[in-house]
Amino acid sequence: MKKLAELYEDEIQVILAKYPDEQKRSAVMPLLYLAQRASGRISQEAMQEIAEILDIAITDVASIVGFYSLFHEEPGGRYRIQVCTDLPCALRGADAFLRQLCDLLGVEVGETTADGLFTIEEVKCLAACHRAPVFQVQNGDGLEYHENQTIDTARLVIDELRLRAQKPPGGAA
Amino acid sequence: MSEHYLLRHRSVPHIDRLDVYRSQGGFEAFHKAVTSLKPGEVIEEIKKSGLRGRGGAGFPTGTKWGFLPNTLWPHYVVANADESEPGTFKDHEILESNPFQFLEGLMIAAYAVQAQRAYIYLRGEFWQLAQALDQRIAQLEADGLLGEDIFGTDYSLRLFTHLGAGAYICGEETALLESLEGKLGQPRLRPPFPATAGLYNSPTVINNVETLTNVPLIIGRGADWFRSFGTDKSPGLKIFSLSGCVNRPGNYELPLGCTFRELIYDHGGGIVQDHAIKAIMAAGASSVLIAATPEALETPMDYETTLEKFGAPLGSASIIVLDETVNMAWLAFKTIGFFKHESCGKCTPCREGTFWMNQIATRIMRGKATRADIHLLENVAQQIQGKCLCALGEFSIMAVLSSLKLFAKDFEQLIKVEHDG
Ligand SMILES: Cc1cc2nc3c(=O)[nH]c(=O)nc-3n(C[C@H](O)[C@H](O)[C@H](O)COP(=O)(O)O)c2cc1C
Ligand code: SF4
Ligand code: FES
Repeated sequence: MKKLAELYEDEIQVILAKYPDEQKRSAVMPLLYLAQRASGRISQEAMQEIAEILDIAITDVASIVGFYSLFHEEPGGRYRIQVCTDLPCALRGADAFLRQLCDLLGVEVGETTADGLFTIEEVKCLAACHRAPVFQVQNGDGLEYHENQTIDTARLVIDELRLRAQKPPGGAA
Repeated sequence: MSEHYLLRHRSVPHIDRLDVYRSQGGFEAFHKAVTSLKPGEVIEEIKKSGLRGRGGAGFPTGTKWGFLPNTLWPHYVVANADESEPGTFKDHEILESNPFQFLEGLMIAAYAVQAQRAYIYLRGEFWQLAQALDQRIAQLEADGLLGEDIFGTDYSLRLFTHLGAGAYICGEETALLESLEGKLGQPRLRPPFPATAGLYNSPTVINNVETLTNVPLIIGRGADWFRSFGTDKSPGLKIFSLSGCVNRPGNYELPLGCTFRELIYDHGGGIVQDHAIKAIMAAGASSVLIAATPEALETPMDYETTLEKFGAPLGSASIIVLDETVNMAWLAFKTIGFFKHESCGKCTPCREGTFWMNQIATRIMRGKATRADIHLLENVAQQIQGKCLCALGEFSIMAVLSSLKLFAKDFEQLIKVEHDG
């Protein structure tokens, strides 16, 4: 597996330059996003490398990965479909929408489709409550919002993602 | 449509483009501040305006800026764009559609406290917004509005975005600073306060996106103009995020002190399917429930009245409307689920308390609870009260205790029938 330093040499420099020289540790989250970009998850090797770049312990890096819900150690689908079912969205039909979406893809919340493309997840408020039902699609380090959804518009989004998945990986979401 | 000042894009199309923003007088306030006002004069004007923080606590912004000691350097300014309170989506709209006014406010704040670096901490879900902000910051650098020796003065400033990764607690200002320093997003013990020991142990101002978006208006048009809106103690305009059982959910820019009725009925188009309104949450999921009596609907929304009348702070002014079809035990279950998920785990009463409340609330929702469970829920909530390191713990019991008090019947309805099998 290629090292981050080879894959993203310039980007790593840009990230490190954002913080004062003696505060490199601040770069841990942006570097983790970089590590997650290619495969949608963060490997032990990547954590080790980030720890070395920042001169901190790998356990510190691992605890950050564990703390934040958008970092993933476990493999999941290429696209994580994250549906908000928090209170304001739930008042506007989010639970029923989630159910329909699960049926459409033939999986339950937390499961991945057999083709490895989609994982459905339930998430908390996405700051778009007036446009419920709403979901975001997380892919590598990319995220995009889909608002005012119905099961029909969601089907279009999913078809579009299937097409995109046929192109070579590595691009943004 | 009436003139919008914070949601300026609703009055001026394409204000998210730098050329359009500048053609509308954009960055004149920043120019005025840097070339003709002393930092202390900027702070004075903000103090005079009476602007109060829009992130939830309502703390006077000018006073906050004035706290930074001139004996300790460097100073930092951090914009709080973590916006994660359920029911809150105002900063999202500003960042998306009126970003330069926010950036200008941040730049004026930085000048006022003589910070040469400022950070914008965005929730990880705002990934696309962060990308767009990076491009806009680059445009400002190209135009000479950011960088070295701005407008030929010796003032220099750089802005940087920083993405969170999904943690509500990182909106709490000291957890945000920890996260920005590359640590777990857990709140710090105070004192020291960020004003003296904030980012990298340096004096730091942290302000909400909407707070900063007011700043160019105040410096450009003056404190008296600002005070022509709102009330004496809560001056200015506010963006109210309206959600839940209303016909037209959305953001509404209105003067502080307008009533719930105006927001919900005149602007929000009333309740869906003409149902009866039952309750209101004024500060998102962290709210005390307010029973929506005709009298309550006439209450002005400002930083004093809802608190005095109902013990319900206005917070970030995220109004969630509940109609007669909503069972308040279910509502408590939803808010508990949120806070259990978001507790950072640093202190026991919050971590364990939200866990136990979630167990009990789940039992209630499954129809498996007894009357004793309702008392237990109240009991656990009371044990959290007053024992937590940060406000999240307190937030987690607001809807629980107030729904138990105001809507006990809703819980009774879900109680297991004594002789069922
Ligand atoms: C649990 C918790 C979450 C918070 N979330 C946010 C947030 O998402 N955005 C925000 O601006 N302030 C949030 N705050 C308030 C901040 O701690 C802080 O008071 C605010 O950013 C200060 O800015 P202001 O004075 O401009 O309001 C939160 C506070 C707590 C206790
Ligand atoms: S009250 Fe909760 S969120 Fe706040 S520090 Fe304690 S455990 Fe963390
Ligand atoms: S509750 Fe779903 S976006 Fe806010």
